[in-house]
Amino acid sequence: MAKKSIETLVGLFVLMGIAALLFVALKAANLASFTSGETYGLQARFDNIGGLKVRAPVRSAGVVVGRVTSIKLDPKTYQGVVSLQISSGVEFPKDSSAKILTAGLLGDQYIGIDPGADEKNFAAGDVIKQTQSAIVLENLIGQMLLSKAGDAGNENGDKK
Amino acid sequence: MNWLAAIGAWAMRGLGSWGRSALFFVDLLAALPAALRRFGLVVSQIHAIGNRSLVIILASGMAVGFVLALQMYYALATYGAAESLGLVVNLSLVRELGPVVTALLFAGRAGTSLTAEIGLMKAGEQIAALELMAIDPRQRVLAPRFLAGAISMPLLAILFSAIGISGAWVVAVGLIGIDPGNFWSIQQSGVDVWRDVGNGVIKSGVFGIICTAVALYQGYVTEATPEGVAYATTRTVVISSLSVLGMDFILTALMFSTR
Amino acid sequence: MAGQSAWPTPADQKAHATILGKSLPEMSDAFIEIDHVTFGYDASRTILNDISLRFMRGKVTAVLGGSGCGKTTLLRLIGGVHAANSGRVVFDGEVVNVRDRAQLYRMRRRLGMLFQFGALFTDLTVYDNVAFPLREMTDLPDELIHDIVLMKLNAVGLRGAAPLKISEVSGGMARRVALARAIALDPELIMYDEPFAGLDLISMGVAANLIRTLNDVTGATSLVISHDVPECMAISDWVVLLAAGGRLVAQGTPAELMASTNPEVRQFVRGEPDGPVKFHYPAPEMAVDYGLRSQA
Repeated sequence: MAKKSIETLVGLFVLMGIAALLFVALKAANLASFTSGETYGLQARFDNIGGLKVRAPVRSAGVVVGRVTSIKLDPKTYQGVVSLQISSGVEFPKDSSAKILTAGLLGDQYIGIDPGADEKNFAAGDVIKQTQSAIVLENLIGQMLLSKAGDAGNENGDKK
Repeated sequence: MNWLAAIGAWAMRGLGSWGRSALFFVDLLAALPAALRRFGLVVSQIHAIGNRSLVIILASGMAVGFVLALQMYYALATYGAAESLGLVVNLSLVRELGPVVTALLFAGRAGTSLTAEIGLMKAGEQIAALELMAIDPRQRVLAPRFLAGAISMPLLAILFSAIGISGAWVVAVGLIGIDPGNFWSIQQSGVDVWRDVGNGVIKSGVFGIICTAVALYQGYVTEATPEGVAYATTRTVVISSLSVLGMDFILTALMFSTR
Repeated sequence: MAGQSAWPTPADQKAHATILGKSLPEMSDAFIEIDHVTFGYDASRTILNDISLRFMRGKVTAVLGGSGCGKTTLLRLIGGVHAANSGRVVFDGEVVNVRDRAQLYRMRRRLGMLFQFGALFTDLTVYDNVAFPLREMTDLPDELIHDIVLMKLNAVGLRGAAPLKISEVSGGMARRVALARAIALDPELIMYDEPFAGLDLISMGVAANLIRTLNDVTGATSLVISHDVPECMAISDWVVLLAAGGRLVAQGTPAELMASTNPEVRQFVRGEPDGPVKFHYPAPEMAVDYGLRSQA
């Protein structure tokens, strides 16, 4: 086979490979949804982060506005310190709260930000003070059992 | 005590051949710069190794995509999670099946052809002829093929995954009737480019290096007889496949461990 | 070569050399010297046993012997492919050191080897095979390489076969292409590994003629490994006979060996089936093997 045609075919092969990579990355993975714009950082402290993972989304009103970049434990206050990167176009009032929510009943956990009413907005590096920890299933069941036991006790008390 | 000595001898031989193959691999790497300078040789080898494998890789990719979509649908439908079909197929392909199945097919198709070619060149004294012409056969014959294999494998693996996902699309959207918008959007939110696709590409790169190096080594050390070459091609497939599967386990454990 | 007989006789060679203006010194120096070399691939088999030989510059030396005498191994030692277990190999005054890559490179540029079945690169054409050493080892421009390749092919009579693929040429032609490739860089030492094996009479005659003529015209030193007695005797200046186990049996001019009274030499040059080299492989007594009598 002539050298020229071999080179052309190999070039085609490599192009096909790159096209496949782009197809998978853009159409079938989350490359397209990466915000190419600027972001700024915030911190939030939680008593219990539950199953939150790094790179979990940060949503407000259900819309993805940022990502979790790191999760650490503060050795002095024993709180979980979560670092967030939020899109530069989105700003939140200083009294907004952050909750750890679950997507669906048993899905992945994410951070939801409820906007507050303050005139001033968070600046880069600020700490979200109002937080609600993740719902831990065991605590929920424990509460339910306690309340059931309490109701049963009240009934017995009423009956007596 | 003879059987003890026999086991010892077998172990020593095994260690010896491990050592020889490791030295061979180091020699291959050392010859790479020379191969890069003669890129025309690498290009013609990519044609022989990569282009010629396209048909089988694309056909297998499509078939695997079809079957995976069907099978996963039956399993997911019972939990009412049929909409996630695209996501499941995508992750299976991109993380595991793409790199591994492509590597196994590659070892069978390109690996055996490399082994046979090098073995026959050795038998026909072409390697000796090169040496006596003061040309390093590792630089001229082996390193270009090694580079070509290492470049072709990741390309083939991602083509396998892409075609598999497209095949799954045909079955899911065309046959089963899953909503096409959902099909893609669930994947887009569930598949991470760096973690899933990127790790898959790294895996296929590692597998490509393993399969090509094994094939070249087996061809280089084969006996110059028909039986020798036949035996060497068998060894190429067996050793490549086992190494790929073993490496896959290690890489998966490293890459996809839950943090 | 009009008017010249197929087998150049020593008188022809002398005349030829005088016409070319070269003299045949009686005591030319040794281009290759094998000095008490012993070699075996492993400890169990010794292929060459304390051999000492000298291959004179500008002459054709034939190394004869049955299979397994270490003839091909001798070529490999000279080419620096293996290192001798003991003794030394001297190439034009330099001791061959297989660990010295630079020296090996220099040495191998001065030698050309014709392998037994050609060892041509099967994925290239005839032209590309002969051009291969030129392209790899020199920086000559393509036009010059083109001319040189066609000249070499012309010397072996295959200039018209240049565009053919290796799979399209016959065995004898392949041998000649390999010869053209071996002389592409005008080497000072040309080694022939069984150049006559498997050829018909015509091709053998052509090959023998080429070996002799090339040697005389280029002034190279030729080393022919063979077990083909008539051809070698016809073209060689000096003949060496090896026996199994790498032992030197005899050496001398072709005439001396043909007239030798040494039984080993006589058996070899006459092709007698039985003699010092036995016909029968060692076996127990026939009566025992056929069950006529139990082992005594």
